[in-house]
Amino acid sequence: MSETRGPAEEPLRTGGVHANPNARMPTLPTLPTVIGWASALLILLALFGAWELYADFGPVDPLLLPAPHDVAQALYEDRALLWENFTVTAGEVLLGVVVAGAAGFACAIALHLSLALRRSVYPLLVASQTIPIVLIAPLLVAWLGFGIAPKLVIIALVSFFPIVVTTLDALARVDSETIKLLRTLDAPRLRVLRHVELPAALPGLFSGAKVAIAVAVIGAVFAEYAGSSSGLGNLIQTAIPNLKTERAFAAVMILSAFAIALFGLLTLAERLFVPWAHNPPGGNTR
Amino acid sequence: MDGVRVDAVERVFRGRRGAEVVALRGMDLRAAPGEIVAVVGASGCGKSTLLELICGLQQPDAGSVTADPAVLMPQRDLLLPWASALDNAALALRARGVGAGAAREQARPLFERFGLRGFEDERPAALSGGMRQRVAFVRTLLAGKPVLALDEPFAALDALTRQEMQGWLGRALADEPRTVVLVTHDVEEAIVLGDRVVVMSPRPGRAVAELAVDLPRPRHRTDAAVVALRERAMDALGAVV
Repeated sequence: MSETRGPAEEPLRTGGVHANPNARMPTLPTLPTVIGWASALLILLALFGAWELYADFGPVDPLLLPAPHDVAQALYEDRALLWENFTVTAGEVLLGVVVAGAAGFACAIALHLSLALRRSVYPLLVASQTIPIVLIAPLLVAWLGFGIAPKLVIIALVSFFPIVVTTLDALARVDSETIKLLRTLDAPRLRVLRHVELPAALPGLFSGAKVAIAVAVIGAVFAEYAGSSSGLGNLIQTAIPNLKTERAFAAVMILSAFAIALFGLLTLAERLFVPWAHNPPGGNTR
Repeated sequence: MDGVRVDAVERVFRGRRGAEVVALRGMDLRAAPGEIVAVVGASGCGKSTLLELICGLQQPDAGSVTADPAVLMPQRDLLLPWASALDNAALALRARGVGAGAAREQARPLFERFGLRGFEDERPAALSGGMRQRVAFVRTLLAGKPVLALDEPFAALDALTRQEMQGWLGRALADEPRTVVLVTHDVEEAIVLGDRVVVMSPRPGRAVAELAVDLPRPRHRTDAAVVALRERAMDALGAVV
C-alpha cells in the first residue's frame, strides 16, 4: 500500500508510521482449535454412549427413553416424513426470527431515542416474557387459525425480547465522546443515529439473534402443539400417543442440529458483517 | 471573524451529594483569527472544559465566550471501527448531509496532502496511532470551521510518534491556517506549535501567565530558544502548582 506513494510529491509525508501488516492475515485453524473440535466430538460420543448404556441396561421403559440406535433407525426410516415436517418448522423459525429481528431492532431504537418510552414500555416487555406460551398459544390459534400466523407470532414473541435487550445495550454503550464529537460536527440527532448508533447496534442485534434462535425453536414446537397439521412439533405430538417415542426423539435431534446450524451461520455472518466487534474497541494505539 | 474571546468565565459542576467543583474561575483567553494559542496546565485544570465552552458544547455559568464556529478534536481519535479511513474523515461532511460519494471526493485530496495516501481504504484497527490521529485531524479540518479546538491530540501516542506528529501538525497548520486553541500538558509541544503559550493554574483554572513565542518555524524541541522558553514556562507552571 505505501509503495504506491511517490517519494517527493508530498511535503507532509513522513516515514516511520505504517499500517500493521498483520492486520488482514487470514486465520488458519490452530492446534487449540483442533483440540477443541476433537474434545467436542469426544464429549458427544461419551454422551451418546452413556445414553445407549442406560437405555439398554437401565430400568427405564424404552417407550419413555428410546436408545440412540433406535433413534438413529427412526431418523433413517422416517427420513422423508421428518424432512417434510422439518421444512415446515424451519420455515416458521426462520421467518419468525427475521420478523423478531426487524421488530426487535426497531423497538430497541425507539426505546433508545425516547426516555419516556424506555421508562413506560421496557418493564412491560419484561413482563411479557413471564407469560407462559402454553397459556396464550391456544388463544392465538383461536384468533389467527391453524395456519402459519399464530406460529410466527409465538416465535416472534419469544425471540423478540433477547434481541431488544442486546440491541438496546449496544446502543447504550456508544461512546458519549463520539456523540459529542458528532455534535461539534453539527450532525442532527437522526444523522448521529444513522452514522454512529445504527452501525454500533448491529453487533447487539447479532448477539440477540443468537440467543433468539434457541428459544425460537422451542417456541415453534409449542406453537405447533397448540394447533397445527404439520411440522416437527406436530410430529412429536402425534408420535408419542402412537408409541413412536424414537420418532419424537429423532425430531428433537433434527431440531437441535437445526439450532446449532443456525447459530453457526449467525456466527459466520457476524464475522462477515461486523468484524470490528471482535477487535479491541476503537481508540487503541500500537 | 473574531477568533476566540473568553472573558472572565466561570464554570461550576455539581458533583454527587451536592459538592461543587469549580472547573474554571476568572478564565480569560484570546485567540486572534489565524493564531495558534497553546494552553498548558496540569491535569484537571479545566482545559477540556475550556475547549467545550469554545465549541459551544457547554455554557459558562458566568462571564462570556464568543468564538467563530469551532470544531473539537478530542484526545482519543474516536474513529468509527466499521468505516474506512476515508469514510471516517468524510464523516465531518456526512454529518452535515453531504452525500457519500461527494464527501469521499472532498476528503480524498486531503489524504494526499497530509501523508495518508494509500491508506484510504484501511479500517482504523489496521492503522498505527499516529496515522489514526492524522485521519482524525483531516476529519476535523473537513468540518470546515475557522476554529480548531485540539484537546491533547497526541497525548496517547508514544514519545517518538508524538514528536513526529508535532512536526506534522506544524506543517499541516502552515498549509491550512486556522485559528487554533491547542490544549496540552506538554510544555515543549506548546512552544513548538504555538504562537503564544498560556499557562493555566490548577483547579479552579484560570490563565496565570502568557508567553509569546516569536521564533521562526519549523521549531524543534532541541533549539536553544525553545529550551530557554521551556524553562520560563516551566517556572511559570512551577510557581502556580
